[in-house]
Amino acid sequence: MTTETTSVPALRAPGAGLGLLDVFRRRHLLALLVRKEVQIRYRGSILGWLWSYVKPLTQFAVFFVALGIVLRQGETIGYYALYLLSGMMIVTFFTEAFQNGTRSIIDNSALIKKIFIPRELFPVASTLVAVVNTLPQVVVVFVIALISGWQFSLGAVAAILLSLLIITVFATGLGMLFGAVNVAFRDAQSFVEIIGMCAVWASPVLYQWHLVADRVGEGALFTLYSINPITAAVELSHAGFWMPLHPKNGLVLPNLVPASLAGLAIAFATLLLGQFVFRRLEGRFAQDL
Amino acid sequence: MLKTSEPARTDAVVVDGLRKTFTLRHTHSFKETFLAALRRKPLTTQFQALEGVSFSIKQGESVALLGYNGSGKSTMLKLISGVLSPDEGKVLTRGRVAGLIEVGAGFHPDLSGRENVYLNAAILGMSKKETDALFDDIVAFSEIEAFIDTEVKHYSSGMFLRLAFSVAIHTEVDILLIDEILAVGDEPFQQKCLARIRGLHDAGKTLVVVSHDLDMVSNLCQRGVLLRGGSIAFDGDSKEAVAMMRAG
Ligand SMILES: Nc1ncnc2c1ncn2[C@@H]1O[C@H](COP(=O)(O)OP(=O)(O)OP(=O)(O)O)[C@@H](O)[C@H]1O
Ligand SMILES: [Mg+2]
Repeated sequence: MTTETTSVPALRAPGAGLGLLDVFRRRHLLALLVRKEVQIRYRGSILGWLWSYVKPLTQFAVFFVALGIVLRQGETIGYYALYLLSGMMIVTFFTEAFQNGTRSIIDNSALIKKIFIPRELFPVASTLVAVVNTLPQVVVVFVIALISGWQFSLGAVAAILLSLLIITVFATGLGMLFGAVNVAFRDAQSFVEIIGMCAVWASPVLYQWHLVADRVGEGALFTLYSINPITAAVELSHAGFWMPLHPKNGLVLPNLVPASLAGLAIAFATLLLGQFVFRRLEGRFAQDL
Repeated sequence: MLKTSEPARTDAVVVDGLRKTFTLRHTHSFKETFLAALRRKPLTTQFQALEGVSFSIKQGESVALLGYNGSGKSTMLKLISGVLSPDEGKVLTRGRVAGLIEVGAGFHPDLSGRENVYLNAAILGMSKKETDALFDDIVAFSEIEAFIDTEVKHYSSGMFLRLAFSVAIHTEVDILLIDEILAVGDEPFQQKCLARIRGLHDAGKTLVVVSHDLDMVSNLCQRGVLLRGGSIAFDGDSKEAVAMMRAG
């Protein structure tokens, strides 16, 4: 113990950190990194932030007209466009966060090679940027649901928040994992794009879950399908935005509560794995980049 | 109980038996790797950038790190700042380290000067409060007040360097690592930077300076460490180190 208050700090090894905990400690920098990305996104455009609302609205209009009316999907599934949009939003959020996280280390190579800052900041910032970009979509979906007769319930709001939480944690973990691998093997980037392409089909976004259950039965294969954290998150979003409207053929995953908890557990396990692999590889980032 | 009676003479940087090896890859695609393996050519070679370097720097000391191109100076600074990690041996530092390996590494061309000052200060470890308090000084030092709200991409390269250097030199640190960045800006600005660095030294900060301007750096620092091919060839008075380097 030192008795002196002005005692000199201890000698320590530079660059040794606490991983994700350091990100929390450097939250001022994290906020600035996120703000930088968000700010430059719509630099020099007249509509600026309005574009983030125009995009999901257009998507909704396309779904409503092309799939709902022309292809008559709306006759079998009530509020079909809202069903699509509320699920699509979750998958888009996931792929954006995951892909940006995977590229985050090499995108910031100039910084990583020259100045030491906790490198976990970059994948975490990527996820937060995706969160910020997703919020307008959440607003659009919410307003459409309200217009369609959505009624407040604690369960619905909890489902929506849990859905976003699962994706946030899951995508951050995967972003750290693949972002670290991507430094040495740029193949990770291409691989992740393919995962993004499959993610839409691996969860009930463009169809309803029971189509899968009809094919594979409700056995082990279906369990595998439903513990995919993205499936859980998509169904939670359906449960929050779409089910309260009492749509025709309104069904969500049976056992949604255990499936969500399993999804959340897997998301956190992925985050731990991501952190572990990231720490193993980060010592070589600056020299391999 | 720790003995803290002589804080000015404690070690600020301790480098002990430091070894840094880089792997140089000779193949860059699957096909090349395959062909090279067939012909039994080596896929990689090991390159020793630093081989068993030991020295320590006392608090408040100013040290010039000298050596020819590729002798391992920047590698050394990156190891001290934590950007690189040692393969063998250890590096220890005391207090806050700011490595000015390159000014403006964290600058974004699409952000204004003001936004970049805040971002870069945060990267160098300053809190929002500290940056708020120093902001006017930083801008005044860079002498580009009129352009502070302009996007950095419209700056001249000298203006860019002035602002970046100004942020870096105002960060609150105990150990300042400076790599080749004294060549920024025009003559009057260089003099101002040197004066500022001398001021930091007088205030008891520890400095490690890398520069190829040998006269300047031997005037700025008392001690010189000469690196040659990854190991220390001389460690002592900076003037002698420069003389030895010139002698080859
Ligand atoms: N990431 C890396 N991968 C492979 N080799 C590297 C890497 N970084 C540095 N080296 C090698 O290590 C050696 C020392 O490099 P360093 O940048 O430390 O030299 P320096 O003394 O700063 O030279 P200069 O005066 O040109 O700045 C060089 O031969 C360089 O090629
Ligand atoms: Mg160098």
